[in-house]
Amino acid sequence: MAQPDTSTEPILRLRQVDKTFAGNIVALRGMSMEVRQGDFISLLGPSGCGKSTALRLIAGLMRATHGRLDWPGGGEGDLGVVFQEPTLMPWATVERNVWLPFRLRRQSLAASRQTIHEALALVGLEGFEKKYPRELSGGMKMRVSIARALVTNPRLILMDEPFAALDEITRQRLNDDLLSLKAKTGATVIFVTHSVFESVFLSNRILVMAPRPGRVIEEIDVPEPYPRGDGWRNSHAYVEMAARTSNALQRALHPESEGV
Amino acid sequence: MALADDPRTGMNPAQPPAMDPSLIDPEEERIARAKRIEGTAKWLLPLVVMALAVWLWDRVVAWNEIPHYVLPGPGLVVETLWEDRALLLGSLWITLKITFMALAVAVIGGVGLAVLFAQSRFAEMSFSPFAVILQVTPIVSIAPLIFIYIENRLVGLLLCAWIVAFFPVLANTTLGLKSADHNLRDLMTIYRATRWQRLIHLQLPSALPYFLGGLKIAGGLALIGAVVAEYVAGTGGIGSGLAFRILEAGYRLNIPRMFAALILIAITGVLIYGATSLIAHLALRRWHESALKRE
Ligand SMILES: Nc1ncnc2c1ncn2[C@@H]1O[C@H](COP(=O)(O)OP(=O)(O)OP(=O)(O)O)[C@@H](O)[C@H]1O
Ligand SMILES: [Mg+2]
Repeated sequence: MAQPDTSTEPILRLRQVDKTFAGNIVALRGMSMEVRQGDFISLLGPSGCGKSTALRLIAGLMRATHGRLDWPGGGEGDLGVVFQEPTLMPWATVERNVWLPFRLRRQSLAASRQTIHEALALVGLEGFEKKYPRELSGGMKMRVSIARALVTNPRLILMDEPFAALDEITRQRLNDDLLSLKAKTGATVIFVTHSVFESVFLSNRILVMAPRPGRVIEEIDVPEPYPRGDGWRNSHAYVEMAARTSNALQRALHPESEGV
Repeated sequence: MALADDPRTGMNPAQPPAMDPSLIDPEEERIARAKRIEGTAKWLLPLVVMALAVWLWDRVVAWNEIPHYVLPGPGLVVETLWEDRALLLGSLWITLKITFMALAVAVIGGVGLAVLFAQSRFAEMSFSPFAVILQVTPIVSIAPLIFIYIENRLVGLLLCAWIVAFFPVLANTTLGLKSADHNLRDLMTIYRATRWQRLIHLQLPSALPYFLGGLKIAGGLALIGAVVAEYVAGTGGIGSGLAFRILEAGYRLNIPRMFAALILIAITGVLIYGATSLIAHLALRRWHESALKRE
């Protein structure tokens, strides 16, 4: 299936991006990163280090104070987004929620139905088309939200701590499913998380961020190729990567103690 | 309104057949029984108390031999209602017409203005003080002026009823349009929705529960506005509604007819409230918490 091809041009490049909010709050300082087709990148860092700010910049919800955001292959704004909350329209059925991105492009429900059902099948929700969000559990709502993000097959999917509000078991199951979904679709994802394990489990590259000012202090490659088998969570390589990443996060939290 | 429970919530108090008696939780059984009793009492109690009040009214009139031009008994009021039905129903029809026309204009004007406010914060800043002034000034003090400036009695009445009724629609809908989930708003931006798409697909549905809450209040207010305005307009000849009938009956000391007209107004008010509540329930029952809660 689609594998990250590191020889290609990046689809998104951030160069020395700063973001300062009113009141001289420096949320990001000199943030640089590259996203290639097929990447699954985790932004890992403590609260307030500017992860959401970086995603909002990429989503075009606000503009950088300095620095550049390039989409070398074009396709700027061809995005899917998953927020921390499922963010579904409570008045619409599951099917109509997933229809939203097509609907805004003035594509009828009939013409979109096949694609919608495929997306729902990918997240394991076939048969739930006519349900309303309140009839679903938290994990199922999140699946609908993921189906909506990938239904248009966007160039880039942004996820901001999508599973943070879920219980541990649901969270693990969704991580498993997200991983197999990634392998099946070859989607390109930027995934914001607080969890070392989640980032190692899912991504092929982890950007560890530090606060005040928000910036990337370390890039960690996770060489395990997709699809990652069932043994990945218990493998030696996984544990080792988790330890490395955890140390990097410690350095992000306590720069003075390491003398960096 | 009793709704069938969602099977998932497991709150359905229906008894499972043949249960191991040691597994029955007396506390839960007691709560379930109390809930059932409360469900019945909710409609039975008001009926009983109402019947009791009417009976007491009848007895007080009979025991004290109160003359009917002071306080007619309930029997006489019902009799009058029946005998004067042509006159009273004709007037009821006029009051209803004004009420519903005012309500319709209040909905159109209130929602229209709210949409305008949602599009432009400057429009809201500029015009919302006027809406507030109109709302807080008692209608009885504006109405005489309105009837001086406006020749057409019907239009005058309509204007009065509208002034009273439109504010809750405007205020609630404005709030509702702004209450759309901020993440969904961001999603609309990311998907490059036009202003119109944002309004249709996000803001208006978000505002629906708020609007319906406003409608419930506005329905009653439109009736009050229509009645009060007619009092102020006074004896106006053609097209006289229930308020005029009450005034007229008062001049003639026809107290039973006053009561009959009064009862018609009260019933109308209750029906309007019931109808708007039903509309709200039907519109929201699939998705909104307010319509889903059992209590
Ligand atoms: N709209 C805003 N106005 C002012 N300051 C902001 C705004 N948004 C974010 N900030 C500040 O910028 C910094 C980075 O915020 P951001 O939300 O990007 O952090 P985060 O890494 O996503 O944190 P968390 O893990 O808690 O979500 C914080 O100090 C925050 O207070
Ligand atoms: Mg955040």
